[in-house]
Amino acid sequence: MSKMVPVPSNSIIPERDLDKIPVLETKHLGIDFGGLTAVEDFNLTIGRTEIAGLIGPNGAGKTTVFNLLTKVYQPTRGTILLNGTDTANLNAVQVNKAGIARTFQNIRLFSNLTVEDNVKIGLHNSVNSGMFSSILRLPRHWKSERAAHEQALDLLSIFDMQDLADHEAGALPYGAQRRLEIVRALATNPSLLLLDEPAAGMNPSETAELMENIRKIRDTFQIAIMLIEHDMNLVMGICEGIAVLNYGKIIAKGTPSEIQNNPQVIEAYLGKQKEG
Amino acid sequence: MNLLLNLINGISLGSIYAIIALGYTMVYGIAKMLNFAHGDVIMVGAYICFCTVSYLSLPPAAGILLAMLVCTVLGIVIERLAYKPLRSAPSLAVLITAIGVSYFLQNAALLIWKSDPKVFTSVVDGWPGLTLFGGQLRISAVTIVTILANIVIMIALTLFTGKTKMGKAMRAVSEDKGAAQLMGINVNSTISLTFAIGSGLAAIAGVLLCSAYPTLMPTTGSMPGIKAFTAAVLGGIGSIPGAMLGGILLGVIEIFAKAYISTQLSDAIVFAVLIVVLLIKPTGLLGKKINEKV
Repeated sequence: MSKMVPVPSNSIIPERDLDKIPVLETKHLGIDFGGLTAVEDFNLTIGRTEIAGLIGPNGAGKTTVFNLLTKVYQPTRGTILLNGTDTANLNAVQVNKAGIARTFQNIRLFSNLTVEDNVKIGLHNSVNSGMFSSILRLPRHWKSERAAHEQALDLLSIFDMQDLADHEAGALPYGAQRRLEIVRALATNPSLLLLDEPAAGMNPSETAELMENIRKIRDTFQIAIMLIEHDMNLVMGICEGIAVLNYGKIIAKGTPSEIQNNPQVIEAYLGKQKEG
Repeated sequence: MNLLLNLINGISLGSIYAIIALGYTMVYGIAKMLNFAHGDVIMVGAYICFCTVSYLSLPPAAGILLAMLVCTVLGIVIERLAYKPLRSAPSLAVLITAIGVSYFLQNAALLIWKSDPKVFTSVVDGWPGLTLFGGQLRISAVTIVTILANIVIMIALTLFTGKTKMGKAMRAVSEDKGAAQLMGINVNSTISLTFAIGSGLAAIAGVLLCSAYPTLMPTTGSMPGIKAFTAAVLGGIGSIPGAMLGGILLGVIEIFAKAYISTQLSDAIVFAVLIVVLLIKPTGLLGKKINEKV
């Protein structure tokens, strides 16, 4: 039942997703903190399997957008459609169940738990052994525990981390912690994965590997990925559509090459060019 | 021989403190609040068990089960009505509310059961104790049962938090509520579960406490509650093994102080130990240092 969906004029959806309901569509999304408008009139559509980038100078409101989408903040204005459904009445937990998962700018793993348990927290809602069968160690408990264990190792193998399963998450090297956060988010079975500065603190070869992995995740899971990133090689290298945010407003949208040549974007990053 | 006996009695008293301290420490770990009404839940548990056994003439096992059931529900209700509306309030407001709940429970008990002390019949009444070394060392049944109960509870709780899905969710929530929520964990039901477990354990502690010290009054729970809170802080609040260690240490210190120094000064000595430990190690014996993000 694939029906042509009218595509908003400002869309940057890749062609292959055009006939599907977009995974995310925001209309006039905005939030005020007291008298300060942090995000204003944020309109963005992301295709089913698109890799989208959200860039902009520091303090532009990029993480605030992520917080709005995941309902850490309730929007002051506007609507968020997730897979065509309005999320106005959902809280953070319900939005996660409805299909948005994220990572954090400053890593927020459960550092006292093992790597495997961190992933299992993500699997939480799909592991269905009740408290009683767990305490009484009923066969059902073992069965679902084993399934969760295997699923966790499967997910960890994306980043070749299955050997680290028993390590404490807080003891992992920085890059591995970033990768584990992505795995944990994937474990919640999202249709849209939000990555907040996934390459922060990584060296060029780690970043190159990460780019490959982001593509691999998209191809394997057939999900959409939206990322905030300051590393322009990464953004321009893997994003199909990019939105540029400045002072809470989208100032440009388009493909990487369009963005690179947009005078407004250059101005936002480098300041106004001298006249003459 | 006396030394050994005192040690065993100390461990037994400490086991009761440890079981109560678990409630404090688990709730603090998850909800980041001090539930000062916890001590009074113990008292309610003891009264329920007392009524079941003395008025309804049911066996002690039924009394314990009923006490656990009532306290579990009571814990959930207290959290829902008194603490949940204050989830985003300053911690001082929550603390004062907890003290208010404590007074409410004591006075409700005063209304229902009156102020005259009830004589609690031990749940292991008539059970034989243990006599060792040809009669030189007599250990009462309630002492043994208390220590065993503590061991069982500790093992069960360690398995629960370490191995089960809900237990892991609990640890996740205690580490980072926001991140847990964004991973699809229902924080409210996790907090409810914590209160339920803590209060259920409080009922067991109440029954054991009154089996060892059989006077039951509406204020019975307050002093053990404060001691257990001390134990939780001593061991490192938020840490389950810490509550265990702190509780037993406190029980042993109290009994030794009573036996060898002074009965009147024993409480003062207990609290002095707490002060000294906190001066040297502010996070408690097993507490982890919290690195505040800047």
